[in-house]
Amino acid sequence: MKLLTVIIGTLLLSSPAFAKVNVFACEPEWKALVEALGDQHVKAYSATTAFQDAHYIEARPSLIAKTRRADLLVCTGAELEVGWLPLLLRQSGNSAIQEGEPGFFLAASYVERIEVPTELDRSHGDIHAAGNPHVHWGPYRLLTIAEALSQRLQTIDPEHSDDYQQKLAAFVANWKKNITRWEAQAAGLRDKKVIVYHKNWSYLLDWLGIETVGDLEPKPGIPPTSSHLASLLQKARSTKPDYILVANFQNDKGARWLSEKTNVPVLNLPFTVGGSEQAQDLATLYDEVLTALMAPH
Amino acid sequence: MKSPIPLTLAVSVVALLGSGYAQSAGKISGSEFNPAVSLILDGRYTDIDNSELELPGFQLGGEAELPESGFSTGHNEFAISANVDDKFYGLMTSAIVIEDGETEFELEEAYIETLKLGSGFTIKGGRFFSGIGYLNGIHDHAHDFADRPLVYDAMFGGHLVDTGIQTRWVAPTDLFLSFGAEVTAGSEFPGGDNVDNNNGLAFFVKTGGDIGVSSSWQLGVSYYESEFDVREAGGHAHGGEEEGADNELLNGEVDVTGIDFVYKWAPNGNSKETNFKLQAEYFVKNENGGSEFTEDTNTAEADYDGEQKGFYLQGVYQFKPAWRVGLRYDHLEADNIVTNFSGSGIDEEEFLEESGLGVEGDPDRTSIMLDYSPSHFSRIRLQFSQFDNGHEETNDIITLQYIMSLGSHGAHTF
Repeated sequence: MKLLTVIIGTLLLSSPAFAKVNVFACEPEWKALVEALGDQHVKAYSATTAFQDAHYIEARPSLIAKTRRADLLVCTGAELEVGWLPLLLRQSGNSAIQEGEPGFFLAASYVERIEVPTELDRSHGDIHAAGNPHVHWGPYRLLTIAEALSQRLQTIDPEHSDDYQQKLAAFVANWKKNITRWEAQAAGLRDKKVIVYHKNWSYLLDWLGIETVGDLEPKPGIPPTSSHLASLLQKARSTKPDYILVANFQNDKGARWLSEKTNVPVLNLPFTVGGSEQAQDLATLYDEVLTALMAPH
Repeated sequence: MKSPIPLTLAVSVVALLGSGYAQSAGKISGSEFNPAVSLILDGRYTDIDNSELELPGFQLGGEAELPESGFSTGHNEFAISANVDDKFYGLMTSAIVIEDGETEFELEEAYIETLKLGSGFTIKGGRFFSGIGYLNGIHDHAHDFADRPLVYDAMFGGHLVDTGIQTRWVAPTDLFLSFGAEVTAGSEFPGGDNVDNNNGLAFFVKTGGDIGVSSSWQLGVSYYESEFDVREAGGHAHGGEEEGADNELLNGEVDVTGIDFVYKWAPNGNSKETNFKLQAEYFVKNENGGSEFTEDTNTAEADYDGEQKGFYLQGVYQFKPAWRVGLRYDHLEADNIVTNFSGSGIDEEEFLEESGLGVEGDPDRTSIMLDYSPSHFSRIRLQFSQFDNGHEETNDIITLQYIMSLGSHGAHTF
């Protein structure tokens, strides 16, 4: 009898048909991308804001409620969400977004990642075996991801396939135009030197040809220590970086200290969409960050 | 040093690479290996006057205990988990502990869980931590203090863990609302041996949400019951292990009702720098049965009907990255009715003390802790507790503990 009451519930309810594709994005950049590609056919929610570190999130109740109702999950992958996404998936009771289903989409898995560690040992910090996950700062990679994501939308919502294809074509054309413009504008940035807080700008710096000469974090995921800052000061004096780059959700105390000692300016930049008033979509985010990098210091 | 490469070439190269990577790297799990393996290392040094846990009015069972004096290995734990296939997830955790000089391998959890039932349903089967309460399902190494709240030790012998089946359903609402039901053997403390080995029953409801971007909360209510033929219980004679002594509850029934609440705050929801966590749980246990205590050839028995309550309230504040302080208050009280006493060689007073059913005072404990976590994977903790065991004896406990995790990256429950 007791068993019966437990099992009976599973026979209730069946998933209702949806009017709009309900998208659970792990980060704001993927919410922005899916909105650009899906427009009126999608309803997207981002699990994190531009002021949160996506690595340090918990599988909190509101997120379980959101994953429960999602038709499509769009996340970075490459272990960025390892601390919470697997739990959300298991607690959601939602079969459509489990690993391997059309509703499960990991952006980083569609592109080549840089900084893939050759040695997996935690004495090197909180490293990602799958390489640097912050792929939305690679403009060409973003094109590849957009194509894959659009295809996924077409699979999930075939009724609006033509519309998705048109929106993809428009996005790609626009983005390519932007790339040409950004590359022309940013040509002068090549061979500049930078100290970063954390290696989350690597794809951008790689693209622009800016050299990273130091990290404020002694090891990925480890907050700056005074001994590390002291050695960084020596390094900064010898390498003469052009700026110190900090995402505006990161603690900039160490960066400001280093800046005072060396007169190297700190750039406190939005890391993703919504990180500033201007950065309301991917293109305006790129615009703002590139403008800041190019401004005379 | 790389420079922007011609656009068309770049797009085609990336697209080419993309197709190759699409299949190989879609992992979100913490390890390139299958299954994910992790090891928790826990060691401690404890300064304590009296290591024997006694809570007047409570029959102790399960793993309820105080830490050993001096150096001891804590709860070293080994966990293996993976998706079994596209439909099931499986996990096993076991603790390797040294009890009285002997190394014991304890099976903590071993269960499978469905992934694809859909419509918000999940079924779990095997041996698992019950979904009741807030801390019950969270392994000790992820607790914020070096020891469990007293109410968990008193009510459940540490955790309510049993073998059976659990069904959960998440409602399709914006506000998180989840219902769970469990049928279990009912043989683990506070249940006991029963002929059908299926007398355990539990229900829980959890709800929760966000308040703005900086705060979130969860509220739960839960219920557990079991009927049993025999329950071995510790009383004064801890764990019934005192030589020649036996403390049993016969033909008994037990139910526990609880409420739990958690509130978390972090500026902008970014918990990396600073955050605060407030949590409280309250449980009421009703149990009755025939209490029987024997020591050598002396025996005593009585009818017992008890109501016991307990709660804890704690706050933990991360005041800078890696550093946290915490304060916790524990309180227990018991109201036991013992009637129809009969004994040979044991008088009623001795029986009440030995069986653990005699009520003297209300045990309480105040704990303060400071911990330092240089990374996601290591933590060193210093804790001071003042424990009044209800016999008007105060026990000061100082614990220095490390908890380290090796292997796959653990996930954080709320």
